Amino acid sequence: MKKLLKLEDFSELIKDGDKLLVGGFGLSGTPLSLIDEIAISGKKNLTIVSNNLGEKGKGLGKLLVSGNLKKAIGSYFTTNADAVNAWSKGELEIELVPQGTLAEAIRCGGAGIGGFYTKTAVGTKLAEGKHQMAFDDGEYILEKAIKGDVALIKALKADTFGNLIYDQTGRNFNPVMATAARLVIAEVDEIVEAGEIKPEEIVTPHLFVDYVVVTKYVKQGGRYVEPTTAN
Amino acid sequence: MSQQQRIKIAQRIADEFEDGQIINLGVGIPTLIPDYIEGKDVYLHSENGLLGMGPTPEEKSVNMDLISASKQPVTVETGASIFDSSDSFLMIRGGHLDVAVLGTLQVDETGEVANWAVPGQNILGVGGAMDLVAGAKKIIIATMHTSKDSTPKLLRKLTFPSSGIRKVNMIVTEHAVFEFKDEKMFLIEVLSDISLEKLKDITPANYEVSIKKLVRA
Repeated sequence: MKKLLKLEDFSELIKDGDKLLVGGFGLSGTPLSLIDEIAISGKKNLTIVSNNLGEKGKGLGKLLVSGNLKKAIGSYFTTNADAVNAWSKGELEIELVPQGTLAEAIRCGGAGIGGFYTKTAVGTKLAEGKHQMAFDDGEYILEKAIKGDVALIKALKADTFGNLIYDQTGRNFNPVMATAARLVIAEVDEIVEAGEIKPEEIVTPHLFVDYVVVTKYVKQGGRYVEPTTAN
Repeated sequence: MSQQQRIKIAQRIADEFEDGQIINLGVGIPTLIPDYIEGKDVYLHSENGLLGMGPTPEEKSVNMDLISASKQPVTVETGASIFDSSDSFLMIRGGHLDVAVLGTLQVDETGEVANWAVPGQNILGVGGAMDLVAGAKKIIIATMHTSKDSTPKLLRKLTFPSSGIRKVNMIVTEHAVFEFKDEKMFLIEVLSDISLEKLKDITPANYEVSIKKLVRA
């Protein structure tokens, strides 16, 4: 399989200062193995675009401990105490974006659209400094598209072409992020032969996917655990 | 007592649902509502990409890649569908949801809502609150009538940051149900043994009394 990448070779593809789109909602649909590699890579000044920064010490939360981050762009950081602390000490910039605006900005980034007008957040603090315009049914604000240098996504299965399907609501931001970065790396539980996933079941077509990495995590009792703690 | 009051609010809001409706339930009191919709043919939408959300699974069936917007494990009902975040918010923003039930910090007398940030505290989380306020066809606010320290939440003017210019349609508290029409607030039901005078005392917002029925608890 041409797109197969070893986990230990992954972090060489990331540069200091890169903007990374990272899939996940909480810890669901999060590329945990790729994040672990970044945590030990020593990469600096990364900007993360993700709905939230995992949980304290888990998922993207690990990168707050290992000091790889300069900025986070997302919709919900209040439930990770490390993110709140890093922000209040001035060690982390945070750009807060409504969740639907975040998803649409990434979709536009992958679709060749420079920006879009939305009614979400009109008249709020999050609209300050943004262009506002009246359309037929009311006021809208301009939001710019978001693109990344690298997208790190999590899927359930890839086939040998790199076509992807997702596990339940682990899908979340992953399919749009797969469209919106220069380099796209998918962490998967399993790789199957091309043809095993039916064409009509494929969610992310292979043209979006540059590399596929097999997760080091094991799913037990519905939760991903690191192999060292797995029985 | 407080939990009983929260359940009363949840039950009253469930009464509002009609068969066939697509409904999104926010965090807080709205998460109690699924226990009171049995027999109603409604479909629960979860912002993280699920239509047809079912109840909490048994521990042995938990999959943390099948969760609610509150990040709790859930199940799927027959006929459920799963989609990505951009389609999920297309549904929310595009007016495809019939009802959103949201918690709140404050509502003003025109129906403008503040439910995401408190002045003087870190503003680091908004989630899907503003998208739901902007896009759902009907917005019902589920809230205790005052905050824990008895500070009023139903005000003449918001003192906390607004969640958007779109006005809500209804407020249900442990004491009363209010409806909004043309940015005016109407008291339509009393749900507790509170007197109208006392209700007025804890409700700085101006409202007209237009009681259709008295439902004393």
